[in-house]
Amino acid sequence: MALPDASGDVLSEMDVDAFRRLFPLRFFETHLVKSTRPDGRSLAEARETSSALGAVASADGSALVKIGSTRMLAAIKMEVMTPSKESPDEGCIAIDFHMPPICSPTVRPGRPAEAAPVVSKQLSDTILRQVKCLSCCSFCGMINLKELSLISGKAAWMAYLDIYCLDADGALFDAALLSAVAAFSHLQIPVVSMNDDGKVVVLSGDHGGKEPVNKGKRKLTLSSIPLSLTCLLHKNYILADPTAEEESVMETLVTVVLDSSGQLVSLYKPGGPVLAYTSAIQDCVALTRQRARELQTILDEVTSGMEVD
Amino acid sequence: MEIDRLDGRTPNQLRPLACSRNVLNRAHGSASWCQGDTKVLVAVYGPKAGTKKNENPEKACIEIIWKPKTGLSGKLEREYEMILKRTLQSICILTLNPNTTTSVIIQVVNDDGALLPCAINAACAALVDAGIPLKYLAVAICCCLAESGYVILDPSKLEEQKMKAFAYLVFPNSVLSIHPEEQLQVGGEPMEHGIITSVTQGAMSVDDYLHCLERGRAATAKMSAFLRKSLQPQLPIDSSKAGLVDKIFGYNILQLY
Repeated sequence: MALPDASGDVLSEMDVDAFRRLFPLRFFETHLVKSTRPDGRSLAEARETSSALGAVASADGSALVKIGSTRMLAAIKMEVMTPSKESPDEGCIAIDFHMPPICSPTVRPGRPAEAAPVVSKQLSDTILRQVKCLSCCSFCGMINLKELSLISGKAAWMAYLDIYCLDADGALFDAALLSAVAAFSHLQIPVVSMNDDGKVVVLSGDHGGKEPVNKGKRKLTLSSIPLSLTCLLHKNYILADPTAEEESVMETLVTVVLDSSGQLVSLYKPGGPVLAYTSAIQDCVALTRQRARELQTILDEVTSGMEVD
Repeated sequence: MEIDRLDGRTPNQLRPLACSRNVLNRAHGSASWCQGDTKVLVAVYGPKAGTKKNENPEKACIEIIWKPKTGLSGKLEREYEMILKRTLQSICILTLNPNTTTSVIIQVVNDDGALLPCAINAACAALVDAGIPLKYLAVAICCCLAESGYVILDPSKLEEQKMKAFAYLVFPNSVLSIHPEEQLQVGGEPMEHGIITSVTQGAMSVDDYLHCLERGRAATAKMSAFLRKSLQPQLPIDSSKAGLVDKIFGYNILQLY
């Protein structure tokens, strides 16, 4: 930002790429003044988003999501477990978010990325929301944990959701949440039956004459689907769906999560040099509302495509 | 418009606040902050030479170490560390001491609800005690939304668990200017209405959130007055810092509303 005036004539001769690296903030600001961004998007426009289901054949449910070049692979593995005494008729979901060194030059092998546990925690908070509101209703999150129960007090499903970031190019939480939702919509619960010892085992191939325990209960009902948009605040500009470069130059991020009924699930702004005023908050929520509709259509398209197969 | 709270407070009433500075001998700055039974102790060391890897050496770096009351730190502590780091980065003047690291160590003494706001307030007081240059102070508050749409402030742990949703909000305190008529205004709103940090959990409507903001702002105005009062310089004692380990001063209790 503090650029000496004397360099004005140097700038005119400077290569665009060099200018971008040396004065990143100024580079972005010259674009923002014209209401555009270096990748040709308008300020409120999100990157092209696509989703593919069933990317991991060995998992029970999986999805690969791309937002621009941010790429997330989510996979769910189901396992039978004994439910805890406090909630005998509920299953369990364990969510983990991984950032391997492949995803970004800032992640070094051996040392976990700083962002990974934070995104992981945010995802758990968003997806397993019902934990927090036991008093109001037994269930108000995305997944009813009661559906994961097999035999009350004896057996329930433990769903391991692992999300791998393959390419970290900004808006990690948005992509991770979308991939988690897509993976849950793809999830096919395996057929299980009780064996002679009274244990619940997964049936493979033919049923072997045994009666499956969970016939016809092979899909989870996703009631209120949370969808999110990350916005970047810089001066009076609001940039939707920032890339990693934009995030590193202008640091104030606001992540808004809305569910299908338009309720605000989370408004997350962890510090940042720019203060958010009421008008900016309302603008971000409006942008998220629009983006959630887009994402919902994308999700509907891929899931309907799956049912045809 | 009445809601019964377990401890008989009114919805807008905060628990008694207490702030003491300079409670640790070896630390460059320290503070303890209590909101009712929630208590956090913070020590600040620095600025020390050099920054950590992956940090911008052209700016000062802030390192947060969150120590829970019991057990090892997990994901929740990591998240709190990140939120605190970004919040403190936004209030510090980072360009003044480039290529230095300031360590802020948060020790939770007791958690009875509103832990993160309490830690942010404590960290702020400790930074002032250490003499780290700040743009303004950050004042944090927890707003809870009850089933019926009421907003209560500064909940205890039990209240926090019973509520539908809650929001941790951090606002800057009002800046006293020598030109009183020149209040800092940004887009028609005073500067202290801008949100530094917002963390919410549980579903609420957008209007409910805006309502929380309004109540939070009103409460933080009072809290920043308290913070300012308890951070007034304590000249006679400050000259001999050594040997005053057990001397707690700057002790204030104030009941709001």
